Amino acid sequence: MFKRAETKDISGCAVVGIMNEKGKTIRGDVITSAIAVMHERSNGLGGGFAAYGIYPEFKDYYAFHIMFEDEGVKDSVETFLQDSMVVVKSEAIPIRKKMSLANTPILWRYFLEVPKSKIPAGFSEEDFIVSVVMRINTRFNGAFIFSSGKNMGIFKGLGYPEDVSRFFRLEEYEAYLWTAHGRFPTNTPGWWGGAHPFGLLDWAVVHNGEISSYGINKRYLEMFGYECTLMTDTEVIVYMLDLLLRKHNLPQDIALTALAPPFWKEIDEMDKNKKEAMTALRMVYGSALLNGPFSIIISSTSSMIGMTDRIMLRPLVVARKQDTVYMSSEESAIREVCQDPDEVWSPQGGEPVYARLEERA
Amino acid sequence: MRMMPPEFMVKISDSCIKCKRCINECSFGALRFENDRVVADHDKCAACHRCTAFCPAHAITVEKFPAIFKDNYLWSQDVLKSLWKQSESGAKILTGAGNDKPYPVFWDKMLLDACQVTNPSIDPLREPMELRTYLGKKPDKLEFWQDKKGDIKLTTVMEPQIKLETPIIFAGMSYGAVSLNVQLILAGAARELGTIMNTGEGGLPQELSEYKDHIVVQCASGRFGINLSYLNSCAAIEIKIGQGAKPGIGGHLPGEKVTEEISRTRRIPSGTDAISPAPHHDIYSIEDLRQLIYALKEATRYKKPVGVKIAAVHNVAAIASGVVRAGADMITIDGFRGGTGAAPQVIRDHVGIPIELALARVDEQLRREGIRHMASIIASGGIRQSADVLKAIALGADAVAIGTAALVSMGCHLCQKCHTGLCAWGIATQKPELIKRLNVEEGIKRLVNMIKAWNLEIKEILGALGVNSIESLRGSRERLRGVDMDEVYLDVLGIKPAGR
Amino acid sequence: MKIDAKGLNYRELNERIHDAVSNGVEEIDLVNVLGQRYIGTGLDREVTLNIYGTPGSDLGAFMDGPIINVFGSGQDDIGNTMNGGSIIIHGDAGNVAGLSMRTGKIFIKGSVGYRAGIHMKAYQDQCPVMVVGGRAGDFLGEYMAGGKLILLGIFKKEKDPVAGRYIATGMHGGVIYVRGGVNKNQVGKDVAVEEVDNEEKAEIKSEVEEFCRHFGITRIDDIMASPFVKLLPKSSRPYGKLYAY
Repeated sequence: MFKRAETKDISGCAVVGIMNEKGKTIRGDVITSAIAVMHERSNGLGGGFAAYGIYPEFKDYYAFHIMFEDEGVKDSVETFLQDSMVVVKSEAIPIRKKMSLANTPILWRYFLEVPKSKIPAGFSEEDFIVSVVMRINTRFNGAFIFSSGKNMGIFKGLGYPEDVSRFFRLEEYEAYLWTAHGRFPTNTPGWWGGAHPFGLLDWAVVHNGEISSYGINKRYLEMFGYECTLMTDTEVIVYMLDLLLRKHNLPQDIALTALAPPFWKEIDEMDKNKKEAMTALRMVYGSALLNGPFSIIISSTSSMIGMTDRIMLRPLVVARKQDTVYMSSEESAIREVCQDPDEVWSPQGGEPVYARLEERA
Repeated sequence: MRMMPPEFMVKISDSCIKCKRCINECSFGALRFENDRVVADHDKCAACHRCTAFCPAHAITVEKFPAIFKDNYLWSQDVLKSLWKQSESGAKILTGAGNDKPYPVFWDKMLLDACQVTNPSIDPLREPMELRTYLGKKPDKLEFWQDKKGDIKLTTVMEPQIKLETPIIFAGMSYGAVSLNVQLILAGAARELGTIMNTGEGGLPQELSEYKDHIVVQCASGRFGINLSYLNSCAAIEIKIGQGAKPGIGGHLPGEKVTEEISRTRRIPSGTDAISPAPHHDIYSIEDLRQLIYALKEATRYKKPVGVKIAAVHNVAAIASGVVRAGADMITIDGFRGGTGAAPQVIRDHVGIPIELALARVDEQLRREGIRHMASIIASGGIRQSADVLKAIALGADAVAIGTAALVSMGCHLCQKCHTGLCAWGIATQKPELIKRLNVEEGIKRLVNMIKAWNLEIKEILGALGVNSIESLRGSRERLRGVDMDEVYLDVLGIKPAGR
Repeated sequence: MKIDAKGLNYRELNERIHDAVSNGVEEIDLVNVLGQRYIGTGLDREVTLNIYGTPGSDLGAFMDGPIINVFGSGQDDIGNTMNGGSIIIHGDAGNVAGLSMRTGKIFIKGSVGYRAGIHMKAYQDQCPVMVVGGRAGDFLGEYMAGGKLILLGIFKKEKDPVAGRYIATGMHGGVIYVRGGVNKNQVGKDVAVEEVDNEEKAEIKSEVEEFCRHFGITRIDDIMASPFVKLLPKSSRPYGKLYAY
């Protein structure tokens, strides 16, 4: 059940995201009906959701969603968590008991506080959380942290996304930002952790397509201490964003441009400053370029970003209705939940589209 | 006492029209006119095929001399010939070109991937396909400054870089080892292709000065022709520590090859031996390498990237790490198959390791230490074709350097007589009557054609791999699989076996 | 002009020197120099640098023109591949002084370390000269291909030989003059040791005069009164018969 992929994960997919920029919440059944429209793009071997704003009463604590193979490994992980942090609350993730999905692991969630004294010198709090996640996911056989942000959660499993949603009772959650994923793997060991979204801290990524540059993207990340163990593109994208945005502190636009930069021909025609910046970006971050077909929706506490590869080998449609932004592999999924959007468009290849949470007074 | 039968036999058929063209063309003196017919001295034939190429009647064939020895796997004919030669001369056997012994060629044991269904291949004739490559030290990350309008400006100061429009550069071949026309062809082709050539250690002939933006000048242990104007007339400087064909030993251009022109370029009297000591005598340790790297940077006010070329030897990964930490902006790894104008046979054929294994280990080591960005890796030594270039890049090279392949484009037939200075094709010679056989304009055209053809093939494969920039293959060993190799070699190369 | 080198790393110090030189400054006093490398390296104008302290290695490497006075000792690789100018060391010099120098002069009042004058070269009217007042370490003039090396042995302990072992191994050009003679057992097998004729003695004298002028030495006649020998390569092709084709 916890056998991870040994070869590169190859899958087609459906993605959808909905965000209210004013922070008004949306129920989980809305996103579920949107992703369900694209049933044909998945094959029942993986579905998942990311939801933001769902734990307001615990919003200052890291929410870890962890899957366990058995009670034994659960005990040892819990001992490790208690040693490294303060466990504020620990409970089973609510599921629909009558429903059964194949290979269901033990699903548990923890709300955690990090005492300053536990953070090693030279580490930020977030560095520390990332190191804990890396450690548990690589060293504890039979345990996998699939969500680690604050006031957000990832829910995923084996099945069509609409089944996974029912299983996790997502209609009971309210979030201002939802993303969802339906998976079509061509090879799968039937492992829940292999479903998407994939997340780290409050970043979550849903992704459609296969990245042909996976090999070098992975080796590049390994240079900075990331251990890519899942053999999936999505994992690589999340770590890449963590590296570029959090560790290298690049402006968001620049970081996203590094993933799908302009062609040299275009760079050669830019004005001096821009040309210099883009040339350096390609020189230094050539190994971060995601080459090959992809459309992705990247979510975080403050934003939802949609983007495709630079020659648009995978589709992405964006729509807006007042304060709500929709992104999807297919327009039909948007129309299912928003009949008359104010505008609908398909963005340029390689050009990120943003939805941003308005700062609250 | 004559012990050796000839290696080759020159046959002249009845269709000979007695034009004597072949006699004029043979620079080794193997043909003469006697009793109204062309007669061959088989002992002198080098199998360079100059005569067969120029015979208007197709009357000449060169064959292996049918000398049959008693079969003996251990005591091969090559071994016997060497022993006889040493018995006659009491000297080290000198040879030219690269190692020709049947050691494994790992390029031929690696296969590239292609896309099918799950990710699409890209048609390079229809869509953009980028080969542009920058060589030089890169920062580990960039910093930007955003003004109030939202415009973004780079604040990181970049080190000097060399811009290439193809990841193929020309390897160092000195004026002296090769003729001026060869260097003019390399320089002309480099300019047209947007790449670089390397002067080797023989100084910079004045005729090349107009190509300076496409030239790497070498600083080798002999320091021939090095002065401030030399160091500043280039795109980059390379410290030559070693060469794949002769790791650990110096060089030696015999006095008879030091002509007036060579003497002017190397700044030594003509007719004297030009000796490159085995080590640089200001480098006896890695911290001394740093001292020389920064001496060259100081001398050029930090405007030129400084590279270091080393031969692929057993401990190459640790050495490379030291070289990078010493401050090299580029590191060239030259494998044991690399060519040479002259090398002792015992060194050429028995010292060093294959470039494929060396490259894989160096790239991996630099990544493990988190310093891969600090220097570009150039792989050389036996790169024959575009497929080798692609495999080298997938293993982790930023670019490859070619020497022999470029010479073949100009007419080299690999007869391995470079060290004699009698090259019939005008390549490895300083004899004016032979040099003029190599037409510079035509040579440029041929070499440009060859690299353009390689570029097309590289783009074709990148398209099949579903990527449209060379950097997406660079270091992507996931796209390579090994065949006919045991697990240890797969592990060293960092690749999976075919089928997995 | 004066630059206080105290606490400056070599890059900062050399940047200041280069800036001053490109602004037309013709003489610079460098005080509190301690280990900074590459002083004078890459300078191509006839400026004077007066160094007080101990300059680091590669002093005057690749330089072409300047006059460098060191009031103290120098370290390794002095005048590495230099192409013109003068370096005057008032103390001792380290190893590998004058490596591959092609033009210009190096005067060392005291002694030099190993491999002094290694692979010096001459070409047409370019002829490098190195004069050493003390003694030299092993491998003096190794691989020497051209130029003049003069070893005086005046500032040394009585018991020390003027030159170490393996003198002029691989020498194939140029000439080495040694005051007082050398131990022939330590001279490379391809090198001839010969008497110096009067014409050559006059040439030596003119270099010794310059040497004495730099260091304020007045007893030139005393120095020249001792006999000199010269070391010459027997062939410009020492390794001609090493290879079979």
